[in-house]
Amino acid sequence: MEFALAILIVALVAVFVSVPLRAKAGADGTAGTVATADPELAGLEARKQTKYREIRDTELDRAQGKLTESDFKRQRGELRAEAISILKQIDARKQALGPSDAERKADAEAERPS
Amino acid sequence: MNALGAAALAAALLTAIYTLIAALIGARSGDRRWVDSSRRGFYAIFVLLLISVVSLESAFLRSDFSVELVANNSSTTTPTLYKLTAMWGSQGGSLMLWAFVLSIAASAVLFATRHSHREIAPWATAVMAAIATFFLGLMMAGVIFTNAETYPFALLAAGQVPAEGAGLNPLLRHPAMAIHPPMLYSGYVFFTVPFAFAIGALITRRLDATWIRSTRRFALIAWLFLSIGLALGARWSYSELGWGGYWAWDPVENAALLPWLTGTAFIHSIMVQERRGMLKTWNVSLIVTTFALSLLGTFLVRSGVLQSIHAFGESKVGLPLLLLIAAVIIGSTLLIISRLDDLRSERRIDSLLSRESMFLLNNLLFIGLAVIVFWGTFFPLISEAFTGQESSLAAPWYNRYTTPVAIGLLFLAGVGPLVAWRRISTSNLRKAFAIPISAALVAAAVIILAGEGLSEPIALVLFVAGAFTLAAVGQEIWRGTAARRALSGDSVPVAFSTLLTRNRRRYGGYIVHMGIALMLIGVAASSSFQTSTDVRLSPGESAEVGDYTVTYVRPTSEVDSQEQKLVFGAVLDVTRGGEQVTLLNPAREFFASSSADPAAPLRGFFEGEATSEVGRKEGVSRDIWTAMQPDLTSFDPVIAEGDELFGRLAAQLDLTDPGAVQALADQQGAAIAGLGERYLNPATTPPAEFRVNVNPFVIWIWIGVIVGAIGALFALWPGAEARRSRVSNVYAAKLARELATR
Repeated sequence: MEFALAILIVALVAVFVSVPLRAKAGADGTAGTVATADPELAGLEARKQTKYREIRDTELDRAQGKLTESDFKRQRGELRAEAISILKQIDARKQALGPSDAERKADAEAERPS
Repeated sequence: MNALGAAALAAALLTAIYTLIAALIGARSGDRRWVDSSRRGFYAIFVLLLISVVSLESAFLRSDFSVELVANNSSTTTPTLYKLTAMWGSQGGSLMLWAFVLSIAASAVLFATRHSHREIAPWATAVMAAIATFFLGLMMAGVIFTNAETYPFALLAAGQVPAEGAGLNPLLRHPAMAIHPPMLYSGYVFFTVPFAFAIGALITRRLDATWIRSTRRFALIAWLFLSIGLALGARWSYSELGWGGYWAWDPVENAALLPWLTGTAFIHSIMVQERRGMLKTWNVSLIVTTFALSLLGTFLVRSGVLQSIHAFGESKVGLPLLLLIAAVIIGSTLLIISRLDDLRSERRIDSLLSRESMFLLNNLLFIGLAVIVFWGTFFPLISEAFTGQESSLAAPWYNRYTTPVAIGLLFLAGVGPLVAWRRISTSNLRKAFAIPISAALVAAAVIILAGEGLSEPIALVLFVAGAFTLAAVGQEIWRGTAARRALSGDSVPVAFSTLLTRNRRRYGGYIVHMGIALMLIGVAASSSFQTSTDVRLSPGESAEVGDYTVTYVRPTSEVDSQEQKLVFGAVLDVTRGGEQVTLLNPAREFFASSSADPAAPLRGFFEGEATSEVGRKEGVSRDIWTAMQPDLTSFDPVIAEGDELFGRLAAQLDLTDPGAVQALADQQGAAIAGLGERYLNPATTPPAEFRVNVNPFVIWIWIGVIVGAIGALFALWPGAEARRSRVSNVYAAKLARELATR
């Protein structure tokens, strides 16, 4: 009884876990990938978000009197320069990767006659 | 139902092995189809283990004693709540809980990261699948090695199925104990997620902060579970163990504290890596240590290597767990060493007066505390290895070394929020510290003037540190609200609420600091200014305890035939200055021992498990706490006489006749009830030993824990996605303008 049940359950599990394996591979053999899954780009996007939060926190620190005006200006300048550098790296990476699926779809939608 | 559970468990092991293989193929080939398949594998493990858990719980609810685990840990009279929680009082059940919680955590993180971490996630999946395979394999090994006690669905042979189960250990019949083990286990298990992603990041050399961002919440969930588990254990100890305290530095308590300490250090230090790209080696080492200590916690509970009140968990899974810990430590260390070049910090600390410096100092203190606790916990093994004699370190040793470090950490909990990232100027430092230092000085003056402070200098310093931290955090929240008001013109409540909800992580953390300060104030007061008196009283007698007069008014007794329990208690009248403060009802509960000599059923009651029911009056400023132990030596001749009678009666009866057995049981029940009446009879009521404690500020420990848990939940709660992207858009627009002007 136990053995038969185990066989049945394993068969059901096998069907469930093999769904992606039965799907057609993409041209690069990486079915289901999206542009944001690029680790480089994902890392840069995460760094960008952190940098924005750092800028916001610096503004809060200044408003709470933890930073002198000169310290605040210097830190904000540094953070903004770092953020701009990250944005440039993101643009460069996106160009290197080509348009994402979503962007391709958006372009196709835009080109479709209304 | 049992067959379904057993089949699902076996299928879960096969699925875990498949998941491990699929994840490794996906990781090495980069083929998303294998990665997606391995993720589905974990979803399947979760469903299969859910079926197994439900099947096992169903066996407990049905009192199906053909399942050995149920027969050994439950009975028909066990209350439903404890039937449901009895599963994790056993070896196989607790392993099942480990694997089940792991399947929840792994499924959640793999679902959350399904579109990201293309390189790291497959390796992390493989690590989590390997750990799941280990625990499921350990359970299924019980099928082959039948003495391993690890297989939860082991069945008793048809002739061996008892009519009644052994019941749950009486010490575990407490609401806190019902939730305490799964909380601790969840804490241990959730640390698997950041550990697995750290290993994935090391293998793929993706050692920026992205793995931290994706798993930070899981580390915080683990920390929250561990905190709640530790607090519930302390609460149970305070109300059930009858020794008068909440923390005994028991090895198993310490085992749960160790990953909490290193996990707390990790939660702080990852912020430095996220913002400044520093402490990369430290962070991966910390999470490896935390996970290894989580496994060590499981090992200590389950191996019985160190004797403690938790010795009921002793078993034979110690060696495999030790091998897993060794594999984790050795494998991770080699991996970290091979990646040292990639782990180099991107920056250096700008100034010693900066938040990152405070985090570093806080980490050193947490690790110092962990080393002290580790040394004390394992000292019995160390001393045995070197001297051949086992000796252990008691609470005074721990208190001597941990208290100064705890004071330092409490001060830092206040200093950290006051200091800005990168650097703070001396003038701003003065401005930021003025109010908290003033509050600390006022607290010191009040305590000294109250005449208590100088006699207990350590408590005084802890109070001062607590006042400093509470004032620092209060000031931070107030200044933040004022700054918000200045920017937006909102009312105070709106500005306050907006400030907190838009900076959940920051202010959630500060609320946790407030909770810790309250808790340590409670610990300092209750341990330094406790009044404890042991008195022997008969009904009508009184004793003085501090400012209070305690009078033993009358005895109480109760027989619970369902739980096979005999309760001897007392009503105590507590007065101060002639005014009644409260009535307390401490009691001692005696449980019939299933292993007792059947020919001596009365003595069996007093040789089995006994627990204390504490009589307690909780208050904002102090608790009055009592436990009792009736002196039953005057009952010995009666018990011996009764047992002799039952011995003779049993010899005369045909014990294969159910009617005769029932008649004997009825007589035994009547004899137990007679003992209860003898206890209540003024002529024969025995005296009792009472421990009466007046514990100041204990309630603040529990309030501190609740405040801390609220803070952690607040920090965990995800902010609205729309608001986050709106904030990003604002800064993106600002930067785009700046970029355009360059």
